[in-house]
Amino acid sequence: MKQLVFTVRSNEQLNDQNHLLKVAPSDNKPLPLMFPGQFVQILVENAPHTFLRRPISINNYDPERNEIWLLVQVVGEGTQKICAMKTGEQLNMLLPLGNSFTLPSKPGHFLLVGGGVGTAPMLFLGKKLKERGFNCDFLLGGASGKNILQRSEFEQYGSLYCTTEDGSLGEKGLVTHHSLLQQKEYDFIYTCGPKPMMVAVARYAQARGVGCEVSLENLMACGFGACLCCVEKTTRGNVCACTEGPVFDINELTWLD
Amino acid sequence: MAGLEVTIGGMRLRNPVMTASGTFGYGTEYTDFMDLGRIGGVFVKGTTLEPRQGNDYPRMAETPSGMLNAVGLQNKGVDYFVEQIYPVIKDYDTHMIVNVSGSTVEDYVACTEKLAGLDKIPAIELNISCPNVKEGGMAFGTSCVSAAQVTKAVREVYPGTLIVKLSPNVTDIAEIARYVEAEGADALSLVNTFLGMAIDAESRQPKLSTITGGLSGPCIKPIALRMVWQVYHAVSIPVIGMGGICSWQDAIEFMLAGATAIQVGTCNFVDPSVSVKIVEGIDSYLQRHNIDSVNDLVGAMEIL
Repeated sequence: MKQLVFTVRSNEQLNDQNHLLKVAPSDNKPLPLMFPGQFVQILVENAPHTFLRRPISINNYDPERNEIWLLVQVVGEGTQKICAMKTGEQLNMLLPLGNSFTLPSKPGHFLLVGGGVGTAPMLFLGKKLKERGFNCDFLLGGASGKNILQRSEFEQYGSLYCTTEDGSLGEKGLVTHHSLLQQKEYDFIYTCGPKPMMVAVARYAQARGVGCEVSLENLMACGFGACLCCVEKTTRGNVCACTEGPVFDINELTWLD
Repeated sequence: MAGLEVTIGGMRLRNPVMTASGTFGYGTEYTDFMDLGRIGGVFVKGTTLEPRQGNDYPRMAETPSGMLNAVGLQNKGVDYFVEQIYPVIKDYDTHMIVNVSGSTVEDYVACTEKLAGLDKIPAIELNISCPNVKEGGMAFGTSCVSAAQVTKAVREVYPGTLIVKLSPNVTDIAEIARYVEAEGADALSLVNTFLGMAIDAESRQPKLSTITGGLSGPCIKPIALRMVWQVYHAVSIPVIGMGGICSWQDAIEFMLAGATAIQVGTCNFVDPSVSVKIVEGIDSYLQRHNIDSVNDLVGAMEIL
């Protein structure tokens, strides 16, 4: 974990709620090693009503360009300030934080399910799987087509399937209703998104005896295991989602009891 | 930096900047971000006789210039501390002080007895002010009689430096401070968090699982500063001030109000190296004002 200053290389508005920031270390030193599922804590400056940093998952890690991508959804004043940052401006971050998704040791069929801004870490994970020579399917859900972000990026690393609640893109309905899930058998499922979606995905995986990891978005203060605020109830008791997560095996959680 | 040294009980601190219990883990969580050898001391996470799972999630709500927490003293108990944590932290190059919490006087005493034998723990901080534990904690700190009773009982079994952490959730903090001093406390630390709450207007639900929690951060600083000033004038033992300290200016204000040393709390979450920056800021303040010793600042507020 480090505290580093980054410079914004670009800030692209992807839809009315989401921005993609590409950032690089201001001192041009090489990025620390990062893995899919990890996150950063961004200091929000000049926002009087925010005090704590904002946790944002790592959307892409590109050691060649020495940059990382952050997909940020405007939720409140803090994320609004981050999304308003211009090229050349600096942001102070703690990174990389948290554990990461377990990468498979042998080839198989892998399904990556994302909903809303929870699709962000799935891109980095899919890229890593592709680098290792593994194929994966992405199943992304949103309220409408304009909420399914970075489609061309996802298509570089695997097959993309979508569901939308209004039917404007892909199949109409929720991700767990997609026909893909009735047609194909998977060896492992990874998911990140709204909790009801992750619970539904976890139930699907459990019913089929497929391993599944979920990435949680618990409210946190510090992000590095000091405040004990972001705890999740697990088979080991209350543990910090920021250090022992954000990625958990569904069998460790108490969701399906 | 010789002019930065201060004394609290039997401890000679290299500087007056320490980190507050519950905001700094066991120090280990911060070693990636800063050198613990740069600060005066670390108050480790509240430790109880038995392990505690703490309160249910959600335990945190951000507020303007601060946050509410309801962690509820989650910790693995004093035996785990002695066996597993102490060997890791005992050689850190700073004063490692254990915060002791309990629900009964017997708990405080038993927990303290287990810590009393540890060579590298020079002091304990008696937490009689946790607002997040139903059956105790703050209850001891809100009445003069019970605050005195628990201080007296722990004093009898503890030869090291005994610091008592006071609750701000009282009518007259100076009166409680006097009772605690009379029972042999070596120093007082104040303030713990203020009892507060937050509600989600849309869902109508409380933002914390416990409904109420402890408010901390810069929003409490003016009240904490006033209480430090009141207590400084009520007792003759050293006062360790805290409450929203985020900068060297904040630290200096607390010292001018009467604090011999200070603790940085919630701000550690935002800038994990802020305590070192505060040490550096105090050092350059002393040089700029030609002050030989930081002790000259204690209670040195000037009223025209």
